[in-house]
Amino acid sequence: MSLSSVRSLPGLAALAAAFMGVAILMALIVAPEDADQGISQRIFYIHVPIALTAYFCFGLGALKALLLLWRSDDRYDLESYVAIHQGTIFGALTLITGSIWAKASWNVWWTWSSNQLVLFLVLFLFYCAYFMLRFSLEEGPRRARSSAVYALFGVVLIPVSFLAIRLAEDFIHPTVFTREGPQMTTVMFVTFCVAWAAVTLLAFVLYRVELAGKRLDADLRTLREALG
Amino acid sequence: MNLSQEELVAAAYGVVFVFVLVYVAIIAAKLARLQRETAELVELARQRADSGSEQASGTDE
Repeated sequence: MSLSSVRSLPGLAALAAAFMGVAILMALIVAPEDADQGISQRIFYIHVPIALTAYFCFGLGALKALLLLWRSDDRYDLESYVAIHQGTIFGALTLITGSIWAKASWNVWWTWSSNQLVLFLVLFLFYCAYFMLRFSLEEGPRRARSSAVYALFGVVLIPVSFLAIRLAEDFIHPTVFTREGPQMTTVMFVTFCVAWAAVTLLAFVLYRVELAGKRLDADLRTLREALG
Repeated sequence: MNLSQEELVAAAYGVVFVFVLVYVAIIAAKLARLQRETAELVELARQRADSGSEQASGTDE
């Protein structure tokens, strides 16, 4: 990571915070209340962008893993690891906010009868096991390659989890985006887009901060070894 | 536990806020550790440089 990209981090972080503020204001105040679900539908504006970001982070982790195996460049190992770490954080948030929404809508914290929920849990647990694999191996090229192969296997679960609701014709979990377009008013859709942009920007900032920290840590370790 | 719809919405947004806050706290703790380690390495490098210059002046004499 270049020095200029690290220097741009405070500005990006401020932008992400501002975007998050606007998104929360729009979600809680500007967007109209849903006629069917009432106030609990407002969880949609935070839950869905977080879930989409989790999918994106897992996908990015797999892409970096593929680049590592293809180009044998060590920097992709750390980038893949950080992306999957971010995906796990956003995955945990997806499960928690989804559970709260389930309680508000269905009066249960969890239901095993929804394929969307169960498949997302499987995806989340699969990537949790990534860390168990990674930290059980000694640092080096073998660990990097094994982690990359595992991350690539997991990518298969992303479209399955994403499309589960349509494949299984599951009517428990709501479907908002259909072939006819988003099933919501324009204000609701704009609010959703702002929230999605805010969460994506937040994830990007967290990714860059964590990556910069990990690289600095590695550089310091090298320097310590060189100094004896 | 009987929570109202408003409380559940607040809980969903609150959880996200707490997660981000904890994440920032962890990063801040890590940054403090890296600053400490950097200071240690700077001190070590200074000591090396000092002992190196002393050896060089001893050879000159």
